[in-house]
Amino acid sequence: MGLLGKLAGAAVVVIAAGAAAGWLLSAPVRLDAETLAGLKPGDAGRGERIFNAGGCASCHAAAKAEGEARLKLAGGVELKTPFGVFVPPNISQDAKDGIGAWSLEDFANAMLKGVSPSGENLYPAFPYPSYARMKPSDVADLYAFMKTLPAVSGKAPDNRLSFPFSIRRGVGLWKRLYLSAAPVVELAADAPADVVAGRYLVEGPGHCGECHTPRSFDGATVKGQWLAGAVAAEGDGIVPNITPGEGGIGDWSAGDIASYLETGFTPDFDSVGGAMVEVQKNMALLPAEDRAAIAAYLKAVPPHPDGYPPRKQPGKAE
Amino acid sequence: MRKLILAISVLALGSAAASADPIADRQAYMKERGKIVGGLAKMVKGEQSFEAAGVQDALKQLEANAEKFDAEAMFPAGSEQGGDTTAAPKIWEDMPGFNAAEDKYLAAVKAAVAAPAADVDALKAQMGALGAACAACHQTYRIKKG
Repeated sequence: MGLLGKLAGAAVVVIAAGAAAGWLLSAPVRLDAETLAGLKPGDAGRGERIFNAGGCASCHAAAKAEGEARLKLAGGVELKTPFGVFVPPNISQDAKDGIGAWSLEDFANAMLKGVSPSGENLYPAFPYPSYARMKPSDVADLYAFMKTLPAVSGKAPDNRLSFPFSIRRGVGLWKRLYLSAAPVVELAADAPADVVAGRYLVEGPGHCGECHTPRSFDGATVKGQWLAGAVAAEGDGIVPNITPGEGGIGDWSAGDIASYLETGFTPDFDSVGGAMVEVQKNMALLPAEDRAAIAAYLKAVPPHPDGYPPRKQPGKAE
Repeated sequence: MRKLILAISVLALGSAAASADPIADRQAYMKERGKIVGGLAKMVKGEQSFEAAGVQDALKQLEANAEKFDAEAMFPAGSEQGGDTTAAPKIWEDMPGFNAAEDKYLAAVKAAVAAPAADVDALKAQMGALGAACAACHQTYRIKKG
C-alpha cells in the first residue's frame, strides 16, 4: 500500500472513530441505579405545589386557560424560537396520546435527564436543564399529583425545527456539555435558609433562568450572566434583568418582589405583562414562604448589567 | 416655495391637533392609573389605614380615568414605534381585541365602583380582580423593551 493509501485508510479510521464516538456521546443517558433506587412513590398533595412552581400548565394547557382548564394538559402552546417552532406535547393522563402509561421512572428520566421512555433525547425547550436540579422526591410528588389529573385525548402536532436542530440525537451532545444537577449560584455554607430554598425554587422547578438568562449561539444559558435578562425567544421584546445589577431590580425590596409574585403589581404599580402573566398566576398559588424565599434568593444573586442590548435611540418612525 | 412651507405647516398643525406626541400622552395616562392603584395598594399592604371614603374616591378616579380611554386616538397609526413605547404590534393587528380587553378593565372598575370594598380583605379581592384585568391586556398588547 502506498503512502496515499495509508493516509486514506487512516482518515477513514479517524472519521469512523469520530462518528462512533459522536454516536456514543450523543446517546441518551438515563438516571443511575442509585437515584432510581431512591425514587419512592410521591404524595399528590405536595405535588400540586411543585406543579405550580414548575408552571407546567403555562405551556401544556391551552393558552390562557383558567380554573379547571389549567389541569387539562393536552399541550400545543407553541414556542416560536430561532431554532424553529417547539410544540409542547400532551402530558395528560391519556395512555395513548399523553403520559398516562409512563412509570415514575419514565417520568423522572424525562424531568431530570431529558430522556423519553423510548430512549429519545428530549429538546431542552422542555426546561429539564433546570428541572435536572430538582430533588427526586419532588419529581415523585409531582408525578403523584399529575396522576390525579384528567386524561385528554389528542396528540399535539410535531415540532417544526430547522436543520440541524431537527436531529434529536444531537441534543445528546448538547446535554453532555450543559446538563448538570449542580446549582448555578454558589452560596456560603451558612447562607440563610430562605435564600437556599429560593435558589432551589428559582434554579430548579421555577426554571426562571430559562427566559431571564441570555443564551449562547447553541442555546445554552450563559451562567456568567445568570438572570441578567435576555432578548425574548419570541417576538421582538426583552425579558427583564432580575439581578440587583444595573437595569435590574436592585431597588426592589424583598417584600416588593414577593408582592409582585403574589399580586402582579410592580413597586410603582405597573402590572405584570407578557409571558410573565402566566408565571405570576402560578406563583400566586404558592405558599407565601415560597414567594418570600424566591425574593430572598433574588436579592442574593450576583449583580449583572442587562443581558440584552440597549434599545436603539432615537427610534422615531423606523 | 412659500406654498410648500404653508402646506407643511398645515400638515404639522393638523397632526398637532390630534396629538403632538401620542406616545408620551398615553404613557402619562397609564402612569395616572398606576398612581391611583398605588394609593389603594397602600391600604391593602397596611402602609395606610383603611378608609372607606378614600377607597370610593380612588375607585371613582379610576373610573374617570378608564372612561377617557380612546384606543384610536391614543394609539393612532404611525405611533407603533418611537420614543420608549412598549406598545405591542398586536394592538394595530387586532384593534377590536385591544378594545375588548380595555372594555373588560372598564367593567372591572365599574363593578368595583358599584360595590366599593368595605374592609381590607374585600379591597384585596377587588384589587386582585382589577390587577387581573391589567395583566390580561398587558399579556398580549405590551412588550418589554430594552
